[in-house]
Amino acid sequence: MTINQLIDMGGYGAYIWTTYAITLLVFGINLFTSIHEKRRVKKMIQQYWAQPSKLT
Amino acid sequence: MLHWFNQKFLSPKTFYTTSSSLLPWFIAAFVLCFGYGLIAGLFFAPADYQQGDGFRIIYVHVPSAFAAMAIYSVMAVSAVLTLVFRIKIAAICMSCSAQIGAWFTFLALVTGSIWGKPMWGTWWIWDARLTSVLILLFLYLGFIALQSVITDQQNRDRAGAIVAIVGVINLPIIHYSVIWWNTLHQGPTISQFATPSIAPSMLYPLLAMIAAFLFFYAVILILCMQNQILLREIKSQWTKEVLCYDY
Repeated sequence: MTINQLIDMGGYGAYIWTTYAITLLVFGINLFTSIHEKRRVKKMIQQYWAQPSKLT
Repeated sequence: MLHWFNQKFLSPKTFYTTSSSLLPWFIAAFVLCFGYGLIAGLFFAPADYQQGDGFRIIYVHVPSAFAAMAIYSVMAVSAVLTLVFRIKIAAICMSCSAQIGAWFTFLALVTGSIWGKPMWGTWWIWDARLTSVLILLFLYLGFIALQSVITDQQNRDRAGAIVAIVGVINLPIIHYSVIWWNTLHQGPTISQFATPSIAPSMLYPLLAMIAAFLFFYAVILILCMQNQILLREIKSQWTKEVLCYDY
């Protein structure tokens, strides 16, 4: 199988690669937001335990 | 007895520490299944005799649709546990599952639409299967919207649980829609193991991808639940302790 055949996928390349790209994008968004949120929450807790009285 | 079990095994702290140790295993399982499913599905599975290479969309469409329904089932079970036994972890699981479920339902609809264009000649049709999955997306979004407008934690959990339980009626409708109605959508692909309608070389990557999507759900669910647990338990001493050895 050549690179061109791989990209073309029997004429369905645009549909197939778009589908996989969207899937990876959705996975990436979910992973990124979860990790980002975790960092934010941990930072918040660290701040709380550093000065518990200041956080309401 | 139930109270003891809840305290011992379903307490936020126990869940947090146990899930932290399980997380790397779920990540590894996801990478393995996704890697195999992706490579075998895209490059090694033979082209379909009718749909040609276009059928390869199945490797992301079917797993996302399957996961969307499985996640709603998890939500419904969590909703019952929240309403009947008032288990905190179940309420958190329900709320986190909704976010991931909405993404997977969106993915199922978009990938299905992209598949539909070359196969049916249209991006969308008000077919029973497509419409019932769209309703599932609205159920997820409705649940998220409802939870975001209620400020009181207990009322939020209770209202969300009721919506999740009511929405369960849509699951059998989605599953049997291709049997009950004359739809453009094809029949079930992998529920006919007795008389396999799909070759093993096509089936194994599909099963691997379904497993990968479920492992991915588990990974995101754990991360999301841990975040919510930490926020809810911010004043507990253990949150400070876990942060010392947490990654």
